[in-house]
Amino acid sequence: METILITIIDYKAGNLTSVKLAFDALNEESEITDSVKRILEADRVVFPGVGAAGTAMKTLNDLKLVDVIRKVVDKGTPFLGICLGTQIIFQRSEEDGGVDGVGLIPGTVRLFKPISHFDKVPQMGWNSVKQLCRHFLFQEIDDNSEFYFVHSYYPVPSDKSYVIGETEYGGVTFSSVISKDNLVATQFHPEKSGKVGLRLLKNFCAWKKD
Amino acid sequence: MLTKRIIPCLDIRNKKVTKGIRFQNNIDLGDPVELAAKYYDDGCDELVFYDITASTERRPIDIEMVKEVAKAIRIPFAVGGGISTISDMSRVLLAGAEKVSVNSLAVENPRIITEGAKAFGSQCMVLGMDPLKVKTSAKIPSGYEITTRGFRHRTGMDTLEWAKKAEDLGIGEIVVNSVDADGTREGFEIGLTRMIAENVGVPVVASGGAGKPEHLVEVFKFAYADAAIIAGMIHTGKYTIPQIKEYLRNEAVPVREKW
Repeated sequence: METILITIIDYKAGNLTSVKLAFDALNEESEITDSVKRILEADRVVFPGVGAAGTAMKTLNDLKLVDVIRKVVDKGTPFLGICLGTQIIFQRSEEDGGVDGVGLIPGTVRLFKPISHFDKVPQMGWNSVKQLCRHFLFQEIDDNSEFYFVHSYYPVPSDKSYVIGETEYGGVTFSSVISKDNLVATQFHPEKSGKVGLRLLKNFCAWKKD
Repeated sequence: MLTKRIIPCLDIRNKKVTKGIRFQNNIDLGDPVELAAKYYDDGCDELVFYDITASTERRPIDIEMVKEVAKAIRIPFAVGGGISTISDMSRVLLAGAEKVSVNSLAVENPRIITEGAKAFGSQCMVLGMDPLKVKTSAKIPSGYEITTRGFRHRTGMDTLEWAKKAEDLGIGEIVVNSVDADGTREGFEIGLTRMIAENVGVPVVASGGAGKPEHLVEVFKFAYADAAIIAGMIHTGKYTIPQIKEYLRNEAVPVREKW
């Protein structure tokens, strides 16, 4: 049987070790790479990342990966965005004075502006995700399970039908899980979200596998 | 709703977890990787490891241990002790840690905070501070002086001013470890924790003094801590993480329910 290869896109936006370790724990073969060839021939692609949107987009452009990401998503490869990876597949982010994203999801990414002094920015820690519909990604994951978040900005899709999970923070209910065709994206870090997060990654590995 | 984090702290000495009072009378509590895996299974939200002898022995942090921990658990963990350069930080993070904690190093060289935040992002940079209660003075208006090197050295720096400065420099989180409460198990220092939580925009982690679940309720409800570090109360087996979480839930403190 052919092994399924997952590529984790390396665009110098944060530490990808824990993403790789999570797939190792699931016995799923994965590799961290910035190679256009490896990304295009992968069976599944993970687009993680932490840091600032402006720098990340610049690096993606320098590495000529923007079109590669569009290509893999266009050709139907199961694609998972995580945290900053989720934010920069949107059309636009408010971060760094306004940055154009990869543009796979119509909408913008906005900064938390909490009313309460005690809602810190970034949101850092475990928050619950309300599942808005049944989805392969949520298999055997209880509704309102908590996942690990670290972010100052949150995605606002212009088409609500792409939102499959929601989370409350800083006085807003934001889209924490997005799904569009063969693309899924989480604002939280499944690779650091304990057994529940591992289950979500396992679901991703089995998703659209005929 | 964002839940309050419960963070077991593992002090490492000679590759073993140890626990003492004010860095004295240390007792051996076992293997760090095994203990981390146990607390992970029990539902802790994050972990912190301090290699407490790395600095005094002038050796780098035990990177193999960090790698083993990263393989064993799937939650964020921070590592402190024995970190003196950006490349030390890089090694720890690439080994699989989520955050690095700096304390004496940041006092001696505050620029390291900015350099670390630029290289890895603020969310990776934790400031550990060890404030000692002193008489309020012109130099120490908050009444808490920063100590370093395991409480042995008094810096003459004001705790609140240092917290604000560290935030400006790009720190992502502040662990407030009360020298006076550390190891006593008589409760967190509420006034100190609250003072920092009210005056900085980044998450604040309370540390020092946790002895029973009521202490965590106090620090979350009255000091507005975002997270709390516990050590002796669980290392001794007196309490378990599920017990502590149940107590907090009954007191209407939001905690992670499912893991």
